[in-house]
Amino acid sequence: MEVSTILFLTSGLFLGWALGANDAANVFGTAVGSRMIKFSTAAMVCSVFVVLGAVASGTGAAHTLGKLGAITALPGAFMAAFSAGFSVYLMTKAGIAVSTTQAIVGSIIGWNLFSGTDTDPAALTKIVSTWLICPLLAGGISIILFKSVTIFLRRTNIHLLRTDAYTRIGLLAAGAFGAYSLGANNIGNVVGVFIPSSPFTDFSFGDIFTLTSIEQLFLVGALAIAVGVITYSKRVMMTVGRGMIPLSPVGAWVAVVSHSIVLFLFASRGLESFLASHGLPTIPLVPVSSSQAVVGAVLGIALLRGGRNIRWRVVGSIVVGWCLTPVIAGIICFIGLYFLQNVFNQQVFIPTF
Amino acid sequence: MELTSSIRLFGRTKALEGEIDEFLNRLSQSALLFKHALAIYFRSGADEEFEEKLKHVNALESEADHLRRSIERQLYEHTLIPESRGDVLGLVENLDSIINQLEGTLWNFSIETPDIPEEFHADYMALAEMSVMAVEHVVMASRSFFTNVEEANNHTHKVMFYEKETDKISTKLKRAIFATDLELSHKAHLRNFVEHIDNAADSAEDVADRLAIYVIKRTV
Repeated sequence: MEVSTILFLTSGLFLGWALGANDAANVFGTAVGSRMIKFSTAAMVCSVFVVLGAVASGTGAAHTLGKLGAITALPGAFMAAFSAGFSVYLMTKAGIAVSTTQAIVGSIIGWNLFSGTDTDPAALTKIVSTWLICPLLAGGISIILFKSVTIFLRRTNIHLLRTDAYTRIGLLAAGAFGAYSLGANNIGNVVGVFIPSSPFTDFSFGDIFTLTSIEQLFLVGALAIAVGVITYSKRVMMTVGRGMIPLSPVGAWVAVVSHSIVLFLFASRGLESFLASHGLPTIPLVPVSSSQAVVGAVLGIALLRGGRNIRWRVVGSIVVGWCLTPVIAGIICFIGLYFLQNVFNQQVFIPTF
Repeated sequence: MELTSSIRLFGRTKALEGEIDEFLNRLSQSALLFKHALAIYFRSGADEEFEEKLKHVNALESEADHLRRSIERQLYEHTLIPESRGDVLGLVENLDSIINQLEGTLWNFSIETPDIPEEFHADYMALAEMSVMAVEHVVMASRSFFTNVEEANNHTHKVMFYEKETDKISTKLKRAIFATDLELSHKAHLRNFVEHIDNAADSAEDVADRLAIYVIKRTV
């Protein structure tokens, strides 16, 4: 593999790192913030399951992203991933909860505009509509789940200490599921743009199993996410854990489970084929925003409790972040591509016409 | 590794649940023994049987102290129930002070051997009865706080009721004491013992007030 190829891949790794630093907080923030789980335990479980999810079932959601704009040249992919990562970094610095998904979608559209490629309207609508559906769905699921859990706890009279122990185990299990779903759903964001120009070749371990070039790409991306989780997510976890409204440990569990279910729904090929084979409407396999899902879930619980205690200013800044992220990422990508092409003389796209 | 730590967590939780139960048992037993000891005192003074009860309460108090320290240490060492830890700590400490009060009152009877005229015995016993009821219900409220939080309110309001009753009896008793021809020093001595017994109910009410807030916190 050429040095330049590795160099271009670094932006994907940077984006992976940013995603790990940010989105691990969606999965484990409430648990770590409320001191139910130690950060070291959370970081370890999160890293392992993100890698598993990405390699085992990352292809579904990544495929849709690929349809939005197949970035044909490695330098172009480099800039798309870089500008997404950079916007995430900027927004994080500014203290705004941010969606990596939106950043990468903005970047791809920036590339499409620069290269004169048409943006697939069907794929775009599919993705953008999930930005609305995802938090709503997470909110709905969390309302139902929270109500059921409270009724259950009231009926069963479990000792306070035992509830605490169950909640800890539950948070760990939900976190593992969440990390798996995050890996499966969001790995496309991290290295999806590199798929058409993947520098890897299939790799076989004897006859035991083969790691395809895409899986290798996912593995590398997932490892970058894991590094982000371990090195930089603690602070974000503490902020998210106590950010919007104070959650009880059981509330935290409900939020994580709802978030994870939503991410899983939008990444599961198995579920898609099951629904399709029974003639039911399928759920599009789209990378959704982990941040949006968890915000939706937390707001669901807050509304169920009468909407008191919601810090609307925080919610407002989150929504503003959602609107700004794709635009900023798109602009950075467009400008960056211009420099890459005209100053560094790199081919950022292969003309198809 | 996670599995073994989970098993440890459940083992620890079970042991701690047991210790909390044991602690509440000590308080409840102390209250019953307190009532029993006073009945003996009014029947035959601070005799051997009375001293035996006092010794028993004394032992229960030491055990309760030991349990309290162990509960507090475990809650903080293993960062259990981070949301309610402070509340449980406050609850256990305040309940412990009730045992101390019961023990202290019996010691006062043993050391000072107040000379209580027979006409007041029934009122002193009624006062002790109501105080012990208040303590009993605060124990029940505390148990409910851990298992069936909504049930706790049923007991806290009874604590308030019994505390009001002790207030009524103690006022009546003090008036009656000061209406007699006894020496002022004797009257003051008798009044002190009315207050000693009444104090247990007041402390039980303080704990019940805190519990009512903890219950709201846990149900929100």
